[in-house]
Amino acid sequence: MMQIRCLFSTLTLFVVLSPAFAQTRDSFLQPAGPIADAQRTELLQILGWTMIAIIPVFLLVPLILWHYRYRNTSARYTPEWDRSRMLEVLMWGVPVIIVCILSAQLVRTTHDLDPYRPIASDTPELRVQVIGLDWKWLFIYPDHNIATVNALTIPVDTPVAFELTTDTVMQSFLISSLAGQIYTMPGMQTQLHVIATETGTFQGENTQFNGIGFTDQKFDTTVLSNSDFSAWLAQVQAADLSLTEERYATLAAPSTGAQAKAALASTSGPDGVVYFASVPDGMFESVLHRYMHGNEIPASAQPGTAAYQPNALEEPDQ
Amino acid sequence: MTQPNAKLHPGLNLGHHHGEAHNQAETVVFGFWVFLMSDLILFGLTFASYITLANNMGMASGPTPADIIDLVNVFAQTVLLLVSSLTFGVASLTMRHKMPAKVTIAWLGLSLVLGLAFLGLAALDFLNMANQGAVPSRSGYLSGLWSLVGLHAVHVTAGCFWIMIMIAQIAVLGLHPIVKSRVLRLGLFWHFLDIVWIGIFSIVYLGGLL
Amino acid sequence: MSGEAQTSWLGRLNIDSLSIWRAIENPSVSEFVGAGAALVAIFGGIGALVLITWLRAWGTLWRDWLTSTDHKKIGVMYCVLALVMLLRGVIEGVVMRTQQAFGMGGGFLAPEHFSELFSTHGTIMIFFVAMPFIIGITNYVMPLQLGARDMSFPVLNQISLALTATGAALVMISLVLGEFATGGWTNYPPYTGKDFQPGPGPDYWIWAIVLSGLGTTLTGINFAVTLYKERAPGMTLFRMPIFCWTVLCASIVMIFALPPLTLAALMLAADRYLDFHFFTNDLGGNMMNYVNLFWLFGHPEVYLLVIPAYGVFSEVVPTFSGKRLYGYNSMVYATMAIAVLSFCVWLHHFFTMGQSANVNIAFGIASMAIAVPTGVKIYNWVATMYRARIRMTVPMIYATGFFFLFTIGGLTGVMLANPVISYQVHNTLFLVAHFHNVLIPGVLFGIFAGYHFWFPKVFGFRLEERWGKRAACLWVVGFCFTFLPLYALGLMGMPRRSVMWDDPAFQPFMWLALVGALTILSAVTALGIQLWVSVRNRAATACPLGDPWNGRTLEWSIPSPPPPYNFAQVPQVRTRDDFTDAKATGRAYQPLSAYEDIEMPRNTAIGMIVLIGSTLLGLALIFWIWWLAIVSVGVMLTALIGRTFWLNTTYTIPAEEIARDHQAWLAEVHAAQRITRAEETQAANRGRAALELPQGVSV
Repeated sequence: MMQIRCLFSTLTLFVVLSPAFAQTRDSFLQPAGPIADAQRTELLQILGWTMIAIIPVFLLVPLILWHYRYRNTSARYTPEWDRSRMLEVLMWGVPVIIVCILSAQLVRTTHDLDPYRPIASDTPELRVQVIGLDWKWLFIYPDHNIATVNALTIPVDTPVAFELTTDTVMQSFLISSLAGQIYTMPGMQTQLHVIATETGTFQGENTQFNGIGFTDQKFDTTVLSNSDFSAWLAQVQAADLSLTEERYATLAAPSTGAQAKAALASTSGPDGVVYFASVPDGMFESVLHRYMHGNEIPASAQPGTAAYQPNALEEPDQ
Repeated sequence: MTQPNAKLHPGLNLGHHHGEAHNQAETVVFGFWVFLMSDLILFGLTFASYITLANNMGMASGPTPADIIDLVNVFAQTVLLLVSSLTFGVASLTMRHKMPAKVTIAWLGLSLVLGLAFLGLAALDFLNMANQGAVPSRSGYLSGLWSLVGLHAVHVTAGCFWIMIMIAQIAVLGLHPIVKSRVLRLGLFWHFLDIVWIGIFSIVYLGGLL
Repeated sequence: MSGEAQTSWLGRLNIDSLSIWRAIENPSVSEFVGAGAALVAIFGGIGALVLITWLRAWGTLWRDWLTSTDHKKIGVMYCVLALVMLLRGVIEGVVMRTQQAFGMGGGFLAPEHFSELFSTHGTIMIFFVAMPFIIGITNYVMPLQLGARDMSFPVLNQISLALTATGAALVMISLVLGEFATGGWTNYPPYTGKDFQPGPGPDYWIWAIVLSGLGTTLTGINFAVTLYKERAPGMTLFRMPIFCWTVLCASIVMIFALPPLTLAALMLAADRYLDFHFFTNDLGGNMMNYVNLFWLFGHPEVYLLVIPAYGVFSEVVPTFSGKRLYGYNSMVYATMAIAVLSFCVWLHHFFTMGQSANVNIAFGIASMAIAVPTGVKIYNWVATMYRARIRMTVPMIYATGFFFLFTIGGLTGVMLANPVISYQVHNTLFLVAHFHNVLIPGVLFGIFAGYHFWFPKVFGFRLEERWGKRAACLWVVGFCFTFLPLYALGLMGMPRRSVMWDDPAFQPFMWLALVGALTILSAVTALGIQLWVSVRNRAATACPLGDPWNGRTLEWSIPSPPPPYNFAQVPQVRTRDDFTDAKATGRAYQPLSAYEDIEMPRNTAIGMIVLIGSTLLGLALIFWIWWLAIVSVGVMLTALIGRTFWLNTTYTIPAEEIARDHQAWLAEVHAAQRITRAEETQAANRGRAALELPQGVSV
């Protein structure tokens, strides 16, 4: 057991050191919360367990190739030998045992780290609704009646419950330092629960290719102390713009965060980020249900298409 | 090596009294069974897609099964197809028992007429649905329904063409060994379509009305 | 569909469809890269036509190759097709690596071009390199190993090749006309639906996949039936060479796994052409169905490719170890287990789609379980080399690279099978590194090992050894440099399909990967040089007697290249590794008491009609030229149906001719010097092997 621990710590060192000179924290190898931390541990444990099956191959192949080379006539040569019960048991048995051990672990951690599972905490959870657009993210804070584009700010040590959808093609929402990714799909809602245990800035991104602006669809996740978070809320609530149906229609057109900010003539918030002081009630639900009305939605009313016309979206579609 | 009465392949065998034709059929008929298995996967997945779309979300406030299913027509289609399978079976038997080619052609012709009648009723059914606005562009459910029933109809159409070709080949080439083996394979295809239709009848039509 | 496009008799094809025209109208580095590729495709095509005319080879080409129904010829044509496409795929890979190496905040390629590149690269490498290569090798080798005269359905075999070539042709034409899809080789809707991608790109993907997929399904049927029905007398299933077992597993996968792909692509086509709502955002469409159908094909597909590659290694390792394969039964059960399990794991490609933890757990465990039979296979090969006499020839270098690198691929596979980790590394370069790690050392190294191993059987001379070793080492090194850094980048959070990036920490890994890509390019060049040198020096490496490696299975018991009918008399099989046993017991190279006439299938042009017809059909559908679609379908159906009225489809090779050739060959064999393995790669090796037994053992 001691040796396994040693092995793990060496491996941890190796894996952590390789990206040690990364400036932004965009990887679960430098976790900022318990979920990403557990995911990293899981990775290292699999690495350790599978070594039992892998190291023999790495040692035996060169040894055998060298010792039984054609020119070494002194080595034993048994051209008819092709079976051994003991080897058979080992060859099947050891991998089966390893897979059983890993499976048991998989069952436990998959339940524990299920993105749909709310995080137990004394602090009440913060709800954030996420709408994926081409090529930016809209975050709605329904409890605070504010919204932002490409700026996710959350308080430290507070569970955050995300509800996610998209108003265009499929995307995948990932903040690697906090937790794993989840797909966002039109007309469907997925969930993700995270908690950050330290303050700082962590990169979030879309990992599912969705067109030419795909690589620009990144955002900063800022984890603040509770008092800083309140100050941030006040700052957003004082922003120059409110999110209206009309502004949403402009925002939804294919554009990067910076382009959208220019199109909306927004002045609050950092570069590429838009703050909205208020949000219409049920914004997220209306996007979610737009595809479920049973009416055909022409391409001109589907954000993300080349034919999209913002004014087509504003027209009441009931 | 093989027993005199042993079957060389599943399904109706020509039998040893057909000599070479019987032996030659072994590989091709086996190959055709394998093809049918692959085709069955295609149907199975079309069924699966249909089932995932046959719900409120997939119907998208459009027509529901109760709105569009004409059970009388579908029942008539079922009877036609089943009877055509029976007549095809008789055609195969006339060939196995070396009856005159005319007899086999007649039974094949009857199967063809029944198959075409099935297709006619199916077309009528599709037309009625289209007149009610139940076209595939209306909803995911209707896309699933049209493609599943349509895939079967395309198979039946191909089967009808095949029957016509076989009638022509029996007329031109006579009951040559290769022609006989083709009729055997066509028989498998025709009965296979029956089985698929039973699935469609139970799942799409009866299941839809439940 | 705009009314304007409908009016032209060329559908929506117009001057703007020409990529060269687009580059003239709108010059940029990115457009020039596209136009350059188009020019290479056009001039490559024209160059090939000119060369054939100059060599006056049209007649030979038509009679001996294009219309041939001989499984050996068809196998070679599959491999040539795969090699041409490999060249394009590798160049695309190098261009992408170069773009990403310079991709911090920019690079030289426009995002839309980059996305076309990763889409064609993936599509080509899977469907038009790996598949035709594997199918080609199988086509050539499997009937010989079974002791058969040909496939069960030789004409169907030709049609399958035609359909595969059609798919490849469409992908090549997309360089010149219109543009290819940008949605990756997976082509997920709704991104590829008509609302989001109204152009011809996704249609190219759809028809290339549907037509070639149909060909592959038919190939699967042909392989399976041949394996069940054409084995030589005495060859029970458990006496089959292990390569044949792996082909049996792969053909079962072809038969059952291709229909989901065909269906998914056709449903997408229905959405795009007929306004159906399978995968649309509105009116009840559900793109999750596509994802399920695609991976219901996609996962077994990977095993379809890698299982025959395992088979190649299972032939190469015992032959060059001079020893029986360790654990034949174990190997068979492991292969079958992998083939069956491959259908039970497709969901691990989308653990992140929001299904319940229990579903993820079930598929996660099933995916990890595949590691067990795979591990058993690796141990079996290692045990095969134990107490052997190993010659480190080119195929063995590939096999050694495979043992090390594939094991790493297996390790990362176990990681990805775990939903908890997949949540993090899914859609990142970690995943890209993993599947290249499985497909290059697994499939491609297997293909190259097979290429070196069976080349002398096909052409009657050995490949040059030194350039082969250089190429093999460059492949192994190039792979390590290119793809191991991608694991690190993936763990660091870089998404796949990224045209650019902004984290400076990525840069060193990007440079390493570029060095690797250039190494791979030089490996491909080395393979080209090797082929050139080998053809030039073919007299020195000739081995017409047929057994240059002291082979163990039936294909080595006949001349190289084999006659059209393969075996003068269908062999009687007594044991596993029958030819080794025959050589040891003196059964090999015996004169026949009597020769018989052999009936073989005649040549037919039906494959060429299908090739041209279905290529035109594909183009007609892509560009909405409806009259052409109807005409091409009409012509193909008429030809196919018309042919069924033609009963005279075989010709007879007289017994005297067979006797003359066979006796001449036997005389040469008996006169030839028996070569020990020490002289294996020298000019003395004309294909007659000496028995080399352990000390103290004699027959």
